[in-house]
Amino acid sequence: MSVTVPRVDAPAVEHQVPPSKRRTWWWHDPWRKPRILEAVTWAYLAWSIVPVAIAVLLAFNAGRSISTFQGFGLTWWNQDEASLFKDPELHQAIFQTLKLSVGTMIVAVPIGVAFAIGIDRWHTRPATTANFVMLLSFVMPEIIIGVALFLVFQFLLKFIRLGTVAELLGLITFQLSYPVIIVRARLLSIGKEYEEAAMDLGAPPRQSIRRVLLPLLYPAIFASAALVFADTIDDFVTVNYLHAGAPTEPMAVKIYTAARGSPTPAVNAAATLMLVSTTIIIVIGFLLYRHFTKGQRAGMHDFAAQI
Amino acid sequence: MTEAAPPADRPRLFRRRRASAGSESGVWYPRWFWPAWSAPGALWLLVLFIVPFYVVICVAFGTVDLFRNPLPVWEPWYWTASNVTGVYHKIFGAHAFLQPVFVRTFLYVLAASIICIVVGYSVAYYVARYGGRRKTLFLILLISPFWISYLMRMLAWVNLLQTDGYVNRVITFLHLAPRPVAWLEGRPLTVILGLVYGYIPYMILPLYAFLDRIDQSLLEAGRDLGGSPFSTFVRVTIPLSKPAILAGLVIVTLPMFGDYYTNNLLSNSPKTTMIGNVLDDAIETGGQVPQGAVFVILLMILLIIPMLYYMRSTRRSLEEA
Repeated sequence: MSVTVPRVDAPAVEHQVPPSKRRTWWWHDPWRKPRILEAVTWAYLAWSIVPVAIAVLLAFNAGRSISTFQGFGLTWWNQDEASLFKDPELHQAIFQTLKLSVGTMIVAVPIGVAFAIGIDRWHTRPATTANFVMLLSFVMPEIIIGVALFLVFQFLLKFIRLGTVAELLGLITFQLSYPVIIVRARLLSIGKEYEEAAMDLGAPPRQSIRRVLLPLLYPAIFASAALVFADTIDDFVTVNYLHAGAPTEPMAVKIYTAARGSPTPAVNAAATLMLVSTTIIIVIGFLLYRHFTKGQRAGMHDFAAQI
Repeated sequence: MTEAAPPADRPRLFRRRRASAGSESGVWYPRWFWPAWSAPGALWLLVLFIVPFYVVICVAFGTVDLFRNPLPVWEPWYWTASNVTGVYHKIFGAHAFLQPVFVRTFLYVLAASIICIVVGYSVAYYVARYGGRRKTLFLILLISPFWISYLMRMLAWVNLLQTDGYVNRVITFLHLAPRPVAWLEGRPLTVILGLVYGYIPYMILPLYAFLDRIDQSLLEAGRDLGGSPFSTFVRVTIPLSKPAILAGLVIVTLPMFGDYYTNNLLSNSPKTTMIGNVLDDAIETGGQVPQGAVFVILLMILLIIPMLYYMRSTRRSLEEA
């Protein structure tokens, strides 16, 4: 069995390389192969990633400069008086961000999911109207929602003062459409057969929803929860109109204000912390998504499509 | 179950209980069942999304008191147009100092969207057609700006574009400019590139999703019928992707028109003020809240057609999925 095959054909293969595979420099025929497109793509990717990488690097700057790296250090994380974890205001802002993100996710996702299920099954004119309004809130520029809500809390619902509650209400309004759209897409793709099968087998409507429909929706629910959470961490437009002074400013607003003034690398540190947290959230969301779509060959592609 | 109405002698109640039109399989729900699921969300949107627009209108068509605090007028029959005419004169009147703001906004958005289309289409086309085994890597890189916050990405440019920043160092090293350029002090180029940087990912992803799904046989047909690769691209691919280009265009221009933060972070100068800045300043500085309300209405009128188009394409892509 131990016949060693002589590798005589190895050089022959090289001769058979078709001429099209041979290396041709792009300037001979720039339009034939997408070299220009390739260059544009890589240039774009570098342009989109490298500045952020530099900003993250500057968060670990030992010196005061926000434009020049002066050596590695945790000065702006926990050593300087104005650093991220020492400055009491920034400290407070971290907790405010956490409060807002968790609160928004806890309220917006269930309401959104229920809304999506209801709209999907209740084909009447009111449902169409509600769906229209939901889509309108999805495409509305954030500044319009922010200013409109500011005016509401200022002149109509005066018992809700600007501050954490107003911020939460604003964020939930702005985020509500994400779970609705993601869950509806999933609802339309799974169809009604499973649920009806459950009911044919004798499950009452509520049980068929809880034990059949909801588990089928888990991927969409977790994807949208991750999205809402991450998006709320980054939000500074709605909140900028609805906060009540420094104690209720979340990190994003603090960063925005500081970046306009005279920033220190502590701002970069804060932004890096936000980046790390959103990345973790998205990764968790992706893992949950994959867990619940096991056996459905779901990958990065589908998760991306959800987002 | 598509027959006409049930015989007249059947009890009326029977027909009514067929709650949703979709329940043709014979499973019946109580009439209130599905509406009850949507009710909290619908109510939420009514109170915190629809009503706010009424408040905006009431403030815009309201009056101000002695201290210039806005007094919203709730009854439509008492509405006055003084705030609206005030803004009108600022835009079209003799001292139309807001007119350049509008022109500038349109020019910036136009320039930024052209760059977005050209670069975005190239990148999306390359990844969709030639991505090959690296497609997942490309996709992760293309999506990454979505979870790197807008703020972080603008901050990165605030760092890079400082007078003693890395961009200026490269420029002076290559002798492209005699002395460092003050990029962050009211330069249209900086603002436009900032807008492109901020919103181009939203353009690339829908374009990619569309180009990835194009039926290859259509392109082969184009080649078989004698088209060169270039003419196939121009006469098949581009016309096919027109809806995706339009959708991407709408997705990037809507937030650009409402953008004020890019400008505030990268320029902060009256030389580059856009509509969003006027609106933001009116609310933030106080004393001009009614004017801010008028601007909200103006912005909505301006954007209603792209918004409706975006809604339609969102709904359509939902139904196709």
